[in-house]
Amino acid sequence: MTEITHRTASGVKFYQVGSLAVGNRLLPREQRAAQADPQRANTMISGHRACQGCGEVLGARYVLDAAMRATEGKLVVVNATGCLEVVSTPFPESAWRVPWLHSLFGNAPAVASGVAAALKAQGHEEIRVLGQAGDGGTVDIGMGVLSGMCERNDDVLFVCYDNEAYMNTGVQRSGATPAAARTATTPVAPGHPGNRFGQGKDVPAIAMAHRIPYVATASVADLRDLEAKVERAMQFTGARYLHVLVPCPLGWAAPSSQTIRLARLATQCGLFPLFEAEHGELVSVTPIRQQVPVDEYLRAQGRFAHLFADQAAGGRPDLVARIQAEADRNIRVYGLGGQP
Amino acid sequence: MAATELSPHRGAAPEPAGRAVEGSRAVAETVARCRPQVVPAYPISPQTHIVEALSALTRTGELESCQFVNVESEFGAMSLCIGASAAGSRTYTATSSQGLLFMSEALFNAAGLGLPIVLTVANRAVGAPINIWNDQSDSFSQRDSGWIQLYARDNQDACDLHPLAFRLAEELSVPVMVCMDGFVLTHAVERIAVPEQRIVDAFLPPYAPRQVLDPGAPLSIGAMVGPEAFTEVRFIAHGRMQQALVRFPELAQRYGKLVGRPAVELARGYRLEGARTVFVALGSVLGTLEDVVDEARADGMPVGAVELTCFRPFPAERLRTLLAGAENVVVIERAFSTGAAGIVTPELIAALAEPPAVSARSFTVIAGLGGRPITKKALRMLVHDAVAGRVARFSFLGLDRDLLARAGYGRASDDPPGSTAERLLSRLRAPESPR
Ligand SMILES: Cc1ncc(C[n+]2csc(CCOP(=O)(O)OP(=O)(O)O)c2C)c(N)n1
Ligand code: SF4
Ligand SMILES: [Mg+2]
Repeated sequence: MTEITHRTASGVKFYQVGSLAVGNRLLPREQRAAQADPQRANTMISGHRACQGCGEVLGARYVLDAAMRATEGKLVVVNATGCLEVVSTPFPESAWRVPWLHSLFGNAPAVASGVAAALKAQGHEEIRVLGQAGDGGTVDIGMGVLSGMCERNDDVLFVCYDNEAYMNTGVQRSGATPAAARTATTPVAPGHPGNRFGQGKDVPAIAMAHRIPYVATASVADLRDLEAKVERAMQFTGARYLHVLVPCPLGWAAPSSQTIRLARLATQCGLFPLFEAEHGELVSVTPIRQQVPVDEYLRAQGRFAHLFADQAAGGRPDLVARIQAEADRNIRVYGLGGQP
Repeated sequence: MAATELSPHRGAAPEPAGRAVEGSRAVAETVARCRPQVVPAYPISPQTHIVEALSALTRTGELESCQFVNVESEFGAMSLCIGASAAGSRTYTATSSQGLLFMSEALFNAAGLGLPIVLTVANRAVGAPINIWNDQSDSFSQRDSGWIQLYARDNQDACDLHPLAFRLAEELSVPVMVCMDGFVLTHAVERIAVPEQRIVDAFLPPYAPRQVLDPGAPLSIGAMVGPEAFTEVRFIAHGRMQQALVRFPELAQRYGKLVGRPAVELARGYRLEGARTVFVALGSVLGTLEDVVDEARADGMPVGAVELTCFRPFPAERLRTLLAGAENVVVIERAFSTGAAGIVTPELIAALAEPPAVSARSFTVIAGLGGRPITKKALRMLVHDAVAGRVARFSFLGLDRDLLARAGYGRASDDPPGSTAERLLSRLRAPESPR
């Protein structure tokens, strides 16, 4: 997938500062982005109610159009409760141009398994199933059924749009909320600098532990890479898991204009590694091109403002250092340090 | 009372054909003949034998083109049912007790989405204290989930209700629970006629979903509905379920003709001619109740029974008709609403109060909780007491007052410290040396 992103068929490398985007016109047609195709499925159409700069909706649009291209339109989508569902289907309107089912907050992986089972029973295995949820619907309340889906190797691509909190209900902490982040349920108070430092819940690693055919992480900062991973995922049958980092301007307390930049900083500082794994083994990582300190990523978001406030007292460099240590660990463990 | 409301004595029914088989096995075979395409399953006693048999029938190929999925929880099971049903497959699962409660959120969702899933509930008490034995607290707790609820009186009924359940569910787009008393029915071996494949095929056409997830014709299912239409959505759901009051008897007639057995009714009367005290019940207690009514009749007591099969939708009209001549109505309930009383009784009272009102006095008897057997002896006593006017408005059948007293709960105001269950059990085990 890095191939597709960085090179043309002629093998020439293209770089743009701060971005890995390559002009589509320089690529052969079949390598161009799904979004570049005027005939693309346009699976999630405009008119939905997402906030300006919503990373989740951007991610979903790219994921689904790529999945539609990969399956030649033979796709069924199951959606958990959460922002993506609420903004897209206020009755009687719908932003979806794909068979789409919303059941509950915590059961999207199981519902998707049910759709896949039905299609199998009907002999329609050419129709593929994609389940999608926010981080809450995936790493917390949907964890049991997601694990079941993976363990049975049901033919579902499950996509988690991780904006690192329960956004739909007003930015409460989830199991994917990073340490020190301020949320509505981890408010900043004396002696309480936002979310607690824990061991984290690494769901891509948990998915890998099920040895399912394909696991990948992606981000809305590199949309071509995201598309490529969806396309790759669709080449496998069985359970597949894609974890996409999708900044939320509201929850992260950052301007709408900063969504892509924040997503990029998250990977460039090492906090959100981009990788692919097949059958439980890492097969590729996206190296960091220009490493930045976590400081730069954290400072750009209001949810971490308390780490830098009260300059007289020096803010909380100790906590920033702990977060930097987490990033350094990722860089070490995933080998993100090399040049591309 | 009109003659048509009087059902024949049991003796008039033809001797059922069939073979000696466990209730669960017979239900599984019947379900298999209904040709479900997706069966997610999760084990819980006393439901286990049903899904075990279905897994075997799928593996041996007797149940063709069926996906039997071993899931990780009941919440997962019902969620798989939702996905499979929405994708256009006939879908079935079974559970009990804690499992039913664990799928509760998905039960409401399935009904709200209008998915015709069929679920067998092997009725079992709900903990704590954990108890694997039979009562009907589990299914009654899901009374308002939007599912049709049918209660089997015996294992023949439990089998026959399944083809009916699928047909009814698919016609009305309403999911159906078939409730059968755990152990009492699920584990009882008796002579049961499993409906033949050709009969089930003749009765139950292939599932033709009302709406389906189809890439050829994309639909959004499960959209958010606000105050502007939510009431109307529920109004329509109510109307659909009410249609079952008409369709169930029609379908049961057809099915009954095909299998050569009397049609199952929403509710039926037993020896109601001239009955002044009528016992209302559901489930497996009905067999014993009929025996006791027969004895009482032989002794000249004016008693009868009303046997409820369909609890949701509530067949109010039918019950009014059946109970029109009753002076005392004694409802025997295998579940109750802590802090209130019975669950069936208040609905029955409301039904009888519709003008022209049936002015019977009502009594609630809670019986058979957590597997306590409802014996002939206890029912006989109840019948005698009821006829003699000695039954309280609300009582527990066979309440062990001696045990209560020994454990320090003798009067209502007594409430000793510690765990109630352990206290009672310790007194039960060591009656001689109360601690
Ligand atoms: C069983 C249940 N618990 C809680 C909720 C309330 N709820 C709805 S959406 C949501 C948060 C969704 O968070 P996430 O999955 O991260 O998606 P996001 O909105 O952030 O995209 C919550 C808590 C619910 N609908 N159902
Ligand atoms: S709150 Fe966040 S996730 Fe939800 S629509 Fe707005 S930007 Fe998107
Ligand atoms: Mg979220």
